Amino acid sequence: MTSFIIRRLALSVVLLFIISIISFFIVTLTPGSPYPWGELNPKISPEVKATFRKKFHLDQPLPTQYAFIMRDLFTGNLRSIKDDRPVMSRILERLPATLSLNFTAILISLSFGTLLGVYAARHAGHWQDMASSFFAFLFIALPGFWISYIVAIVLVKNFGVPILGTQSYGIAFSNELAVILDRIWHLLLPASILALGGFAAQSRYLRATMIETMREGYIRTAHAKGLSEEVVLYKHALRNSIRPLIAGIGMLLPAMISGSVVIETIFAYPGMGRLGYEAVLERDYPTLVALNFVLAALILLGNLISDLLYAAVDPRVRLE
Amino acid sequence: MSTITAKPFRASETETPGTRIWRRFWAQPIALISVIVILFFAITAGGTAILSATGHHWPCDPNTTNLEQKLLPPSPQHWLGTDNLGRDVLSRMLHGAGISLTVGFIAVAVSLGIGLVIGAIAGYFGGLTDQILMRSVDALLCFPTFFLILTAVAILGPSLINIVVVIGLVSWTGTARLVRGEFLTLRETEYVKGARVLGQRHWEIITRHILPNAAAPILVTAVLGIPDAILTEAGLSFLGFGVQPPQATWGNIIAEGKSYLLDAWWLNLFPGLAILLAALSFYLAINALQEAAENRS
Repeated sequence: MTSFIIRRLALSVVLLFIISIISFFIVTLTPGSPYPWGELNPKISPEVKATFRKKFHLDQPLPTQYAFIMRDLFTGNLRSIKDDRPVMSRILERLPATLSLNFTAILISLSFGTLLGVYAARHAGHWQDMASSFFAFLFIALPGFWISYIVAIVLVKNFGVPILGTQSYGIAFSNELAVILDRIWHLLLPASILALGGFAAQSRYLRATMIETMREGYIRTAHAKGLSEEVVLYKHALRNSIRPLIAGIGMLLPAMISGSVVIETIFAYPGMGRLGYEAVLERDYPTLVALNFVLAALILLGNLISDLLYAAVDPRVRLE
Repeated sequence: MSTITAKPFRASETETPGTRIWRRFWAQPIALISVIVILFFAITAGGTAILSATGHHWPCDPNTTNLEQKLLPPSPQHWLGTDNLGRDVLSRMLHGAGISLTVGFIAVAVSLGIGLVIGAIAGYFGGLTDQILMRSVDALLCFPTFFLILTAVAILGPSLINIVVVIGLVSWTGTARLVRGEFLTLRETEYVKGARVLGQRHWEIITRHILPNAAAPILVTAVLGIPDAILTEAGLSFLGFGVQPPQATWGNIIAEGKSYLLDAWWLNLFPGLAILLAALSFYLAINALQEAAENRS
């Protein structure tokens, strides 16, 4: 177990190294510069431009630039080209919002995905199964940005409820319960939309595994013992089909983070996805590289946790 | 009196696996509907492309602006309404259909090409090559893909060809893993070993013996990339990094309409439904194909 974790962490370091190289070269090897407003502006003197380039090491060859970025990233001196603030603090102030959004979305995906998956597997081959399959694919095919707008139109036009940001305007003057409920509301709406695809995918995986499991002898035995349908389904079958649920944590995370770029942009949610979108618009190299690094680290951590959980719940799995 | 009755026709005795999958695919009503929807999109997109190549437009030129007729709701003249510049939304959507399908198919061709080569090399040769290639795949899987595509497209410049290539370059990992798995299994089979003993070259063994036997599952997985690519392109268009206006795409009609969201719902609803319907039909058709190919009845 310990040696497994150590080896996985070592592998993660190698992967992060590769990821940092890939993201650095994707960002820098392509045409364009991080300060198009400065390069062609005749009112900015060549000295100022040179100072700017020197400050962000843009006058160095690419491998040296990479070395500088990595050194600064680890010493905490990496600064954003946009506002000259330390990149790490820009990212860390966005981290809680993104984590709570993605965590809620994964929780929604897993819980509702389980219910739908069990329901579909229970009625495998019947119309209930076909209907759940249809709805699962419908949710996977829903463009997140489009459904966000539909929901926004309906809610804002008909009910006049505020949906943007993390809290309603002026709510801070209200009592504590209202503030908390307001926060939850502002989290729940984007998280539910973010969860749609993951929830549907989860139900498909679980359905497939459940159908396999229900063919096993011990399920027939449980039925023969006269146990109720619910006990057989949830206690015997689901427990032995837990694999896709736990693998889901590791698999959903990259998709969720991808999705949150769009959702956070629409709902003006101050998370890392929106930070990334803004950094892309601004060609903010240091922020982009650091952000890719942090997101990849999060995903690797998610994968490790899901593997460990996997071994914890399923005694057949040995981590070696 | 004879007890001999006509023996019922048993399909399994005369069918090849291919025709059996074919029959079982079309036996599902949902497969039929999905294929009809996909064909509908393909034919309207193709028809629109041919019409506009000959200089005709139906119902209108997608780029003719008419500010006197801006933001009109759906009516007999403009079935799906007009946008903020008075352009006919239906015409623009017909042109957008071509973009979506092109993106879907070419992106899948790119990712299938890369996935096949990498997966085949890793699975066939194994060992250190396999280790290095598969660890790179792992590294790529850790990227939040949409963010990577967004970064690359934003920096390369948003054009149809860049979008297609970037989506293809990022989405081959699933195919590569599957191809590798199939190759690992198939290279241990008797006939591949036989071919090797006969002294056939690696290239011949891969293309003549292994690939034909692995083709079906690989193709099905690859085709799943079509709706994914359509949705990704729509998302990019929406963020302003898709195919650029005035060229209409489903995503950028929604993006341009977002400022008029509360007044002009048709700018949002119809292109969104088109994206949803196209992606959904592909998913349902592929699912029907997978179920038809499953061994159990």
